[in-house]
Amino acid sequence: MLQNPSWEDHRTDGRRRRDYRPMELETGLVTHAAGSARLRLATTDVLVGVKAEVGEPLPERPRAGRLQFSVDCSANASPEFEGRGGEALAGSIASCLTRAYASPSALDLRPLSIVPARQCWILYVDILILECGGNLYDAVSCAVKAALFNARVPELDVSSADSGRVDVELSDDPFKLLRLDVENAPCLVTLLLVDSECIVDPTQEEEACSKASLVTAVTAGGLVTAVTKAGRGSFHPTTVASALEMAAELGAVLNRTLTEQLQVEEQIEDRQIRGFLG
Amino acid sequence: MEVDIRLAAERLRQEEATRGAAQLVTPGDTVTGDGGFMRGHGTYKDGENLVASVAGFVRRINRLISVQPLKARYNGEIGDVVIGRVIEVQQKRWKVDTCSRLHSLLMLSSVNLPGGEQRRKTQEDELAMRSYLEEGDLISAEVQNIFSDGSLSLHTRSLKYGKLSQGVMVAVPSNLVLRRKNHFHDLPCGATVILGNNGYIWICATAVGEDGGAGTGGYVQNLERVPLPEREVISRLRNCILALAGSWMMLYDTSILYAFEASSKFQARDLLKPEVMAEVADLTRKRLDLEAAE
Repeated sequence: MLQNPSWEDHRTDGRRRRDYRPMELETGLVTHAAGSARLRLATTDVLVGVKAEVGEPLPERPRAGRLQFSVDCSANASPEFEGRGGEALAGSIASCLTRAYASPSALDLRPLSIVPARQCWILYVDILILECGGNLYDAVSCAVKAALFNARVPELDVSSADSGRVDVELSDDPFKLLRLDVENAPCLVTLLLVDSECIVDPTQEEEACSKASLVTAVTAGGLVTAVTKAGRGSFHPTTVASALEMAAELGAVLNRTLTEQLQVEEQIEDRQIRGFLG
Repeated sequence: MEVDIRLAAERLRQEEATRGAAQLVTPGDTVTGDGGFMRGHGTYKDGENLVASVAGFVRRINRLISVQPLKARYNGEIGDVVIGRVIEVQQKRWKVDTCSRLHSLLMLSSVNLPGGEQRRKTQEDELAMRSYLEEGDLISAEVQNIFSDGSLSLHTRSLKYGKLSQGVMVAVPSNLVLRRKNHFHDLPCGATVILGNNGYIWICATAVGEDGGAGTGGYVQNLERVPLPEREVISRLRNCILALAGSWMMLYDTSILYAFEASSKFQARDLLKPEVMAEVADLTRKRLDLEAAE
C-alpha cells in the first residue's frame, strides 16, 4: 500500500480526488415492483426495488405519505455479510437514507397522501447489495433516486360520502399512474479522510487506508440535508468545512447527471431490459 | 468536473467471439450423455449423463472428460512465486493469504533473518516474530512444499523475496498469469512488476541501488514519498493490467508492456472506462498476434 495515497491529487488508479469511477444504470428491471433500478459503480453492484402499499401516515405528518428504507447486504457481496454479519452496515445505510430524506427540502411526500390522517401510500424501498467494491453509500443513494424516479403508483379517486365516510376507488385505467417528483431527492456523497485531504468515491483499498469518512446528503441545488460521520478517526473543523463545500459541489453535479441520464433512458423507444445477463 | 453515468440500454452488445471447437458450459449443463467417459474435475454424474458443476471449458483427454473452470482459486505448485498478505502470526509460523483454498503457511525456519544472518532460530526469534512480519504486511515468496491437506508452505530464502514496501497490488484471476522462468520484471517505463502465480500482482517503482535493486533481504521498507511521475506510471500499469484481465488476456511482461504503450494516448484515469479498457486490450491482442505471425 502506498503512503499518502492521494498526494498531489493523484490516486492509485490515476483519478484525482474529486473523480468518480464510471457508473452504469438501468431502471425497471423488476417488473412486479412499483419501481426498480440497478446501479453498477465499478465493482459495486446495488439493486433497489420500490413497493407501494396503503397504510397510515405518521401522526406528526398527517398530510404526507411515508418512505421506509430497508437494506439487505447479500452474502454474495462479501463473506463478512454471511448470517447476521451485514446487519450493522445495513442498519447504518438505512438510517442514513432515512435522515437524508427526512428533511422538508428533500422529497415532497404530500402527493402520496390519500385521506389526510387516515390513509396514505407507504413506499417500501428495498435495497439489495449484490457486490461490494467501495463507496456503498453513494451507489445506494443514486440507485434509490433512480428507482423512485421509475416508480409508478396507481392514482386513487377519493370521494367523501354524506355520512362523513370517505370512499377510495381504484381507477379501472391501468395507465392512470402517479409519479413522484424526485428533483429534490438527495444523493449521498461520501468523502473519505486520507491524510487531512478528502477524496470522493473511494475504492475498497482506499477505504481500508482511512480512519474516518463523512457521508453527506446533497440535493440537486447543492443543499446539504444530512451529514453523518463514520469511522474512528477525527476531523479538524476546517477540514469539515472544506469537505462540506466539496460535497455540495459534487452532489449537485451527481444529481444533475443522474437526472439527465434518467430522462434520456425514458426517451429510448422500445427499450430492452439488459438485466443481469444482457 | 463531471460524473460519468452511462445507461445499460446504451451499452454495445459484444459480438459473440467465435471460439472454434471449445465448448463453454455452465453448472448444470450436460457435457455428454455417453456413459463411456471417465469423470474428471468439475463434473458429476446425474443418472446416465455427465453434468458440469463449474462454469468453464470442456477438456477431453482420451476417455477422461473434465471441465476447466474460468475462475478458480489458486492451486499452488512447488516453485511458484506468490504474493501474499500476512493474516496471522502464530507460534513459529505466519499464516499468509494467497487466494488459495486454504491459507498458506510461512514457517519461521523458512525466512531469512534481517541482515542476512544464517543461524538457527531461537526462542527469542520466536517471540520477536511480529517485528519481522505483522498482520497486514505484503510479502513475495516462493512455494517450497505442499502439505497433505493442500495448503502451501512458503519460503523467502532469497534476497529477492520478502516484505514489500510501497507499491500497488492488483488482484486478477490466477489462471491469467503464465508460469514462466522469471516473475520479477523491471519494465523500461521505470516500474518493477512481480507477477504472482496466485493472481496477485505487485507494481512498484524500480528501486535504484548499488545491488541493482535486487533485494535487501526484505525487511527494510523504503517509506519515502514516491514522486509523482513514478506514481503515474504505476497507476497506468495498474489500469492496463486490469484492462487485460477484464478481456481475459494472459499476463506476462510483454503483454503488459504492449498494453502500457497502447494506453499512452489515454489519460490514466480514463483507463477505468469499460470501452477504453476493451480498446487497450484489443490493441495489445492485435500487436501480439502480429508478432506471433512474423
